[in-house]
Amino acid sequence: MSEPKYETVIGLEVHAQLSTRSKMFCGCPTTFGAPPNSQTCPVCLGSPGVLPVLNRRAVELAARTALAFGLHVNPACRFARKHYFYPDMPKNFQTSQYEEPLAEDGWLEIDAGGGPRRIGIQRLHLEEDVGKLIHEGELATAQASLVDYNRAGVPLMETVSRPDLRSPEEAAAYLRAFRAVLVALGVCDGNMEEGSLRCDANVSLRPYGATELGTKVEIKNLNSFRNVQHALEYEIRRQAEALEAGRPIVQETRLFDADHGVTRSMRSKEYAHDYRYFPEPDLVPLQLAPAWVGHVRAALPELPQARRQRFVTRYGLPPYDAEILTQSAALADYYEAAVRAHDNPKAISNWIMTDLLREVGGDDAEAVATSPVTPARLAGLVKLIDDGTISGRIAKDVFARMLATGDDPAVIVQREGLTQVADTGAVEVFVDQAIAASPKAVADFKAGKTVAAKALVGQVMKASGGKANPAMVDRLVQEKLSRM
Amino acid sequence: MAAADPVTIHELAAAFAKGAASPVAVTEAYLARIEARDARLGAYLTVTGDEARAAARTSEARHRAGRPLSPLDGAPIALKDVFCTRGVRTTCGSRILERYVPPYDATMVARLRAAGAVILGKTNMDEFAMGSSTEHSAFQLTRNPWDLARVPGGSSGGSAAAVAGGLAAGSFGTDTGGSVRQPAAFCGVVGFKPTYGRVSRYGLIAFASSLDHVAPFALDIHDTALLLGVVAGHDPLDATSVDAPVPDYVAALAEGVRGLRIGVPDEYFGEGLDAEIERAVRAAIDVLRGLGASVERVSLPTTSYGVATYYIVAPAEASSNLARYDGVKYGLRVPGKDLIDMVSRTRAAGFGAEVKRRVMLGTYALSTGYYDAYYGQAQKVRTLVRRDFERVFERVDVLAAPTTPGVAFRHGDKADPLAMYMNDVYTIPASMTGLPAISVPCGFNTGGLPIGLQLIGRTLDEATLLRAAHAYEQATPWHTRRPEFA
Repeated sequence: MSEPKYETVIGLEVHAQLSTRSKMFCGCPTTFGAPPNSQTCPVCLGSPGVLPVLNRRAVELAARTALAFGLHVNPACRFARKHYFYPDMPKNFQTSQYEEPLAEDGWLEIDAGGGPRRIGIQRLHLEEDVGKLIHEGELATAQASLVDYNRAGVPLMETVSRPDLRSPEEAAAYLRAFRAVLVALGVCDGNMEEGSLRCDANVSLRPYGATELGTKVEIKNLNSFRNVQHALEYEIRRQAEALEAGRPIVQETRLFDADHGVTRSMRSKEYAHDYRYFPEPDLVPLQLAPAWVGHVRAALPELPQARRQRFVTRYGLPPYDAEILTQSAALADYYEAAVRAHDNPKAISNWIMTDLLREVGGDDAEAVATSPVTPARLAGLVKLIDDGTISGRIAKDVFARMLATGDDPAVIVQREGLTQVADTGAVEVFVDQAIAASPKAVADFKAGKTVAAKALVGQVMKASGGKANPAMVDRLVQEKLSRM
Repeated sequence: MAAADPVTIHELAAAFAKGAASPVAVTEAYLARIEARDARLGAYLTVTGDEARAAARTSEARHRAGRPLSPLDGAPIALKDVFCTRGVRTTCGSRILERYVPPYDATMVARLRAAGAVILGKTNMDEFAMGSSTEHSAFQLTRNPWDLARVPGGSSGGSAAAVAGGLAAGSFGTDTGGSVRQPAAFCGVVGFKPTYGRVSRYGLIAFASSLDHVAPFALDIHDTALLLGVVAGHDPLDATSVDAPVPDYVAALAEGVRGLRIGVPDEYFGEGLDAEIERAVRAAIDVLRGLGASVERVSLPTTSYGVATYYIVAPAEASSNLARYDGVKYGLRVPGKDLIDMVSRTRAAGFGAEVKRRVMLGTYALSTGYYDAYYGQAQKVRTLVRRDFERVFERVDVLAAPTTPGVAFRHGDKADPLAMYMNDVYTIPASMTGLPAISVPCGFNTGGLPIGLQLIGRTLDEATLLRAAHAYEQATPWHTRRPEFA
């Protein structure tokens, strides 16, 4: 870890792929994993003579995100060309935004354990993605490289945080919270493995109390929460060691090597570009009328943070439960649907957290939505417990069968004869048998070891195949023992 | 063809309608003439005989059925090799695209096909439309039909020469700094650059995006109105195209110029203007006055900044637009020891000297530390030039001026790039402001070389320009003269 004498300063640039059906400037689809170059056209291939046409949906999704983070959406913004030669970029310039971004100046609240903190967001802008190079073997020795332009022109939203983050944990918390908002807004699927969300970090150290920023290093290729944290931990250690040894920090771009857990210099000279930005002459300035922005704002869904708060106040859930249940809109929707069907918020929360989430990922909207245990069925299960039809222990078995068969819990209980034995006479027989078979437990109880009663209850439950009503068993055992 | 045979598009349309001529026979006649004469003229880079014959046959069937698609149905026309034509190689006059075959039609090409036009082929041009003489073509010289020792102008020299030389009934070029108006003046035909955004640029291989205009060449104003009418109008594929209704340009022609206010800008008659051209242009203005227009002197003080400003903006945009030619995806590829080497060798071999000069100029103008002084400043000047025109157009409807300071020059005469650039001094302002401007034949010098009158109009007011040009044309004989060559 970093020497405690240095303060860490981190800013994150997050690139999110917008959930549009078509690309930023043409009608090609954006589906992930299609055969190479199958989702291309003259426009996204940069053929001679083509012109870009802006995807309105991308603008809308970006504006929605901007408003969710409290950014000011500029009434007019522009696209600009960013030039450098690289074969994954068909035009050898990227159409992006430079001096006039879509939105500026907002914030995101994070909590990395030390209480909530607001992290500033400097700007949000739109740009197009580039293609993908596939090298024959290693890049350095490859004799040939192939290019897949399926991703070229896919809409990206770049968001630049202010240098407000103070630790790798905070950086990871920022990225998590950021992702949750994007997913809740439906603007990005948040899939980091498929590259839908990518992150670069700027990190520098300075002595505590200093106001000026130290020399920053940019780290690229941070494609998971883990990588963000590990890369920053390594980089902070590296910079602290350099400062301690009196070596200056070089302003450069470094690449995180996840396999070895280190950052490596991308040889700053070779990558020192003059991007020669200038306003994109093929696109007119983008005017966003206040009325349109107002319309987008009015259509914003409830965001994770607000929903989390509401789950605590409305359902009386502990903050921990609320946080877990709001990790995705799909899961939060699931929870609320179940509570609507049966009003036992805490019990339903427990079942989701301990049982449902063992089977499906809480942030996997698809899995949550298609689980055979629907919100109504989970509510039905909790209802069967609450009205004494089945015990909590039996309910676990019923849940497993619900998962396997997709059947209604009441049907399963009926079919498999799992209804609790609540007949006093029948239960009494089991209790008498247990007492007769356990003279030691009876003696212990009489000697004052009240826990001995629990062993008897367990025997009764076992003898009844779990069907005896536990409360009734408990009461009968206590009664009979006290009378002896 | 005999002298009485139809030569203009509107005459052809009338003849087709009456059954007095057939699209197939006319197309064959043009193809035969190209075969016989283009070796001397050098107007065409690619002749698409088979495609033209096929288009002529379907056109003929429509005419027989009495259902032509438009007045252009069956008209044999030529396209500058800057417009993408599906399945037909499109070189842009450059080695780097020598074998490039576009997978799609430019919007204007698609509109011409939909109107039934017969495309004869693709015409020569200065490489990437950079030049004023067509001498910067990577492939061949094009000669001026009025004097084969002279240039046809440029960069759309092939399209101008084809129409003037009788090798196409009409044609299209692109005008970025005068590349249609100047060759029209040099070749004695009409060239009309409409308002920026009036015609879609989709499929026009870009030179300078904010300055490139699609523009027709024709033998007279009636044809010009027909050609523009077919390609004009909003295109959802071009974000800079204007979503405004397109008037019936032909219907507007008959209105005359009575009451029209014509401004004559002092700055267009200064030092460097050939005396014979000045006489011809002033005489033309007198003709317009005689037809009922009022004439007054006006001033456009920013005129002298035009060329300098243009040579910042156009190369800057070109340096960006031409970055894509790297040998990776299409066009020429020269192998190298690594990626950077391959790209360098490809561009070194694929681009000619003028293109390289402008790419370097533009790269410099956009570089960090120079942007504000060059590109940023040029955009400010551009705004001032625009205001100049707006102010003048509060008082007048149309501006009249020479198209060029001199007549067609001899091949090799303007080897100095600056001398070549100055040829565009009168055409550049309308390019930078996007205002519509037309060049109309207004006489010949003592050497028998054509002279062009330039009329500049208000934004989207092409109809008024056509009306003024038509009135002038109908009162003068110039448009009926044909070069000996034809």
